[in-house]
Parts: sequence; C-alpha cells; structure tokens
Amino acid sequence: MSEENLEQKAKQIRADILKMLYTCQSGHPGGSLSCVEMLMALYYKVANIDPSNPKMENRDRIVLSKGHACPALYAILADKGYFPREDLWTLRQLNSHLQGHPDMMKTPGVDANTGSLGQGVSIAMGMAIAAKYKKADYKVYAIIGDGEVQEGLVWESAMAAAHYKLDNFVVMLDHNGLQIDGSNELVMSIGNIMAKFQAFGFECIQVDGHDLDAIVKALQAPVSGKPKFICCETVKGKGVSFMENNFGWHGKAPSEDQYNAAIKELGVAVNG
Amino acid sequence: MAESKSLRVAYGEALVELGEKNKNVVVMDADLAHATMTNSFAAAYPDRFFNFGIAEANMMCAAAGFAHSGLIPFASTFALFGTGRAYEQIRNSISYVNANVKFGLSHSGLSVGEDGGSHQSIEDIALMRGLPGMTIFVPCDPLETKKAVFAAAEINGPVYIRVARPVVDTITTPNTPFVPGKANVMRDGSDVCIMATGLMLPVALNAARLLEEDGIHAAVVNFHTIKPIDSDCILAMADRCGAVVTAEEHSVIGGLGSAVAEVLAGHSSAKFARVGIQDKFGKSGKPADLFAAYGLTAENIAAQCKSLKQ
Repeated sequence: MSEENLEQKAKQIRADILKMLYTCQSGHPGGSLSCVEMLMALYYKVANIDPSNPKMENRDRIVLSKGHACPALYAILADKGYFPREDLWTLRQLNSHLQGHPDMMKTPGVDANTGSLGQGVSIAMGMAIAAKYKKADYKVYAIIGDGEVQEGLVWESAMAAAHYKLDNFVVMLDHNGLQIDGSNELVMSIGNIMAKFQAFGFECIQVDGHDLDAIVKALQAPVSGKPKFICCETVKGKGVSFMENNFGWHGKAPSEDQYNAAIKELGVAVNG
Repeated sequence: MAESKSLRVAYGEALVELGEKNKNVVVMDADLAHATMTNSFAAAYPDRFFNFGIAEANMMCAAAGFAHSGLIPFASTFALFGTGRAYEQIRNSISYVNANVKFGLSHSGLSVGEDGGSHQSIEDIALMRGLPGMTIFVPCDPLETKKAVFAAAEINGPVYIRVARPVVDTITTPNTPFVPGKANVMRDGSDVCIMATGLMLPVALNAARLLEEDGIHAAVVNFHTIKPIDSDCILAMADRCGAVVTAEEHSVIGGLGSAVAEVLAGHSSAKFARVGIQDKFGKSGKPADLFAAYGLTAENIAAQCKSLKQ
C-alpha cells in the first residue's frame, strides 16, 4: 500500500473509532486516536500475520496492553478482514464479540485479554519466553500506555525480559503524556522513561509516534540479546483538534455535534 | 506402615514424573524453588524451569503467556503470595480466559507454623473459589498430591493445588480413586458425617474413632476437590446422617465449610457445624500447637459432632 493510501487509511481508522464510540456512547477516544500509527506499523507493515488464519502457529503476537484503546485495534482488525466491518458498530453492546476491553475468547485476531493495566505486557513477555523455549522465530509486540508504566508489573516484566534476553520482544510506549486524572507529570511523574527502560536492559529508540515510516524503521532495527523499547511520542486525541492534548477525552464518547465536527475535520466518509 | 512425606516433596516429585511424560509441561517459581520443591524439576529439566524472582504477579501473567503458546505451566510459590498478591493476575489473565495454567502453591494454612500470620494463608480457597471455572484440589497426603498433579494436567483450564508443608502419613492407597469433583468416603457411618479436606483428614479420622468409643458412628468423607464441589455426595450423606460437620485448615468463611453450607441451604434439614479457623488470622507457633489453639483437633470435631446429635 502506498504511503499516501496509508495516510488516508489512518484517517479512515480514526473516523471508524469515533463512529464506534459515538454509536455506543461509551469508550476511550483519546488513547485510541493516539496509537493508530503504532498499530498500523505492525498490522500493515511489519508483523507476520494472516487474517484468514488468526491462530497461525508462527504468527507474530500483538498484545495491546493498554486495552482501553481497543477501538483502534478493532477498526484495524476489521479492515484487515479478521471479521466483518459492520461488527464495529456493535462495540460494547450486549452479545457483541467486541468487548469494552480486548477478549481473545471472543474476537478473532486478539492474542491476549488486556485492559487491567500492566498485565498485557507481562503476558506478552511470557509469550516471548515460550517462543524461545519452543525455538519458534516469531516476535511478540506489546503496546503500553504512559499511565500504565506506573504499574509495578510493567517493571517486573521488564526485568524478566532482560534477564531472559528476549530479543524477540518489543515494548512500544504510546507516550501521549496524559492519563485519566490529568498529565503524567501531575498525577505521577514517570520521569525519564527512555533512561528507565535503558537501565532495565532494553535497546531504546525514540520516534515520532505518528510517523509511520519512523515507527517501521524502529521496529525493523536489528537487536541482539536484549529486548527492544520504542518510545513513540504521540498526541492524545490525535486528528481531532478539540480532542488533542485534552485529558477530558480519555474516556468520553462524542455527542452528535462533536461526532459530526470530528468526521468533517478528518474529511472521510464513514460507510457501513 | 505407609510412607510419610511432606506434600511439597510429593509435589516436586510428581512434577518431575509428569515432566518426563509430557514435554509441554514447564515449571515456574518465584524464588522459592527450594521451598516449594520445584527445584527437583529444575534439576531434571533445566531448560523447562523458569525462575521469575520475587515477582509473583509477573509470574502469573507470564504463565498465561506460556499457556497461550501451547505449554502447560505449573507456577509455584507460597499459597498466600500466589492467590493473594497475584489474585487479580489470576483473575483477569488466567481464569477469565480459562488459560491452561496450574498453580501448585505450597505452605498453605496454619501448618506453615513459625513464620506466623503474615505467611499463613487462611483465605486462599475463598479467593480462588469465587473465580468461575477454577478447579481447586486440596490433597491430604503424598499419594493424593501426586494424583492431583497428574489430574490437573488432564484438565483444560486453571487448577489450584493447595500444598501443605508438613510431613504427613499416607492415608490413601495407590488404588484410592482420584476423580476431580468426586469426594471419597473414607469411613462409613450413619450418625454424623465429617466432611474434611487436606491435613484435616487424619484429624477427622481420629475424631471418628473417639466418637466410636461413645457409640456414635461417624462417616468421614475426603473432599480433595473443593471446586467443583460434590453436591450429590453432600446431600446423600446429609440425608443419611442428619448431621454434618466440616473440617478444614482454612477460614470457615469461603472454604469447604462455606461450599458445603451453600449446597445444604434450602436442600437439607441436616444439622450443620463448621470446624476451621474462626475468622481470625494465624500466628507463630509449632503446627501442632497452632492446630490445638485454633480448634483443629479430633477432640473439637468430636465435640461438634456430639453437640449436633443432642
């Protein structure tokens, strides 16, 4: 897919996210909009996956540890053909396979249940050890949030990832600077996050988290004998001016007027 | 004389035997391999043993990751830290997705002894029993511990095996059945039924002998599985004896006593009493002294049985 098409695709995914949240009047727009390019880099460029065979033995595993951003994941999974696009509009509703947080038992293409912060990255780390034990060559990618790194479990898993020399394990941080109660700095400063992961034994790379090429390059950078950390600098609510950098949009659905304004700004139609 | 052995030693030996038969079995520990006895597995199969350091929450989530990758992880630490500190990891990453993770957690109950209340798990069964789909085994002797390990590997889903620390006599035989969810009648009787689990089994059998001296014929049933609970057996024995006393090395809130009460309520007019830890924390002491101090004795069980028969 050409770069121009992917840029258009990113807008479409953002519009889909907004329609999903608008339809069920619930969910997390800010952190979903901020990680779109991070997920696109994996699903459209780097990861070895097969939408027609979601459980393919040797697939790369992708674990959205910041599970509340699952509307972004679902929009991409539908676009890739894991399930019909019209399912997106059932998000968070009774008997939908699209739960409020990712559920591997219900949704094709979801590799782990996440949403209770810190757990996804730890599960992913376990998958990476298992791959080493099985001498399988797939990689495991975990996407975490910057509020999430306040969970001790993130650091327990980081310590283990370095201990077991997991060069098949990549942690991607959606560093948008905001969490429910406000900025990271205000709520609980996460300090120099690059230095922290470096100290835990990761190969660390910092990129513009909305620059698809830069993310892809970081994902493809070779690493040996240690896990990789990619700090993706992002904007919470990216693509919708009135949501950008506004923590109030962490977990709130748009009204009709707000939805229409957002879609107009993105400049794409949201069909069936 | 049957063999005496610590259940944790039996657990470690069973893992080695199971690991020989099933290459998908891997073992994890949180810096307690020399206490949980998973070190025997580590020595036999070093490439299939993973230490996670003192980080129980991470071990449980990693276990889920192992299970999602087709392996059968047995994660071990002390019962308190496994079910307590890592409770929500077990809930969301394992139980919620029916991940094929087994946790053999040792040093359960008061019988940890001298380490005291901070290390004596008396609510672990209660925590695990509330989780949909969880299987809970509480073996009473070394033989049953081994059977529980092998049975756990056959179940597709999470299994908690509660492993006590003390050296105990073997009171079952190689031929004693171990069917998950099926209680074993170890002694027949028609006046009162003592329903016991784990280390309280030999205590319950002693209570039955005391009662026999007074002409009371007590049945003793071994609930090696707390979940799923054997409702049919509970109701049949309650109907037959008219009086039921549960006995467990666990709080009377949420453990075997609660499970039996839930079955009896509304379905039986049998009289009922619970022997166990009466909503208190533990404390330091020798296991035998603690059992006496908390009423986990044959005399107390016998007294409870008699009071129901009056």
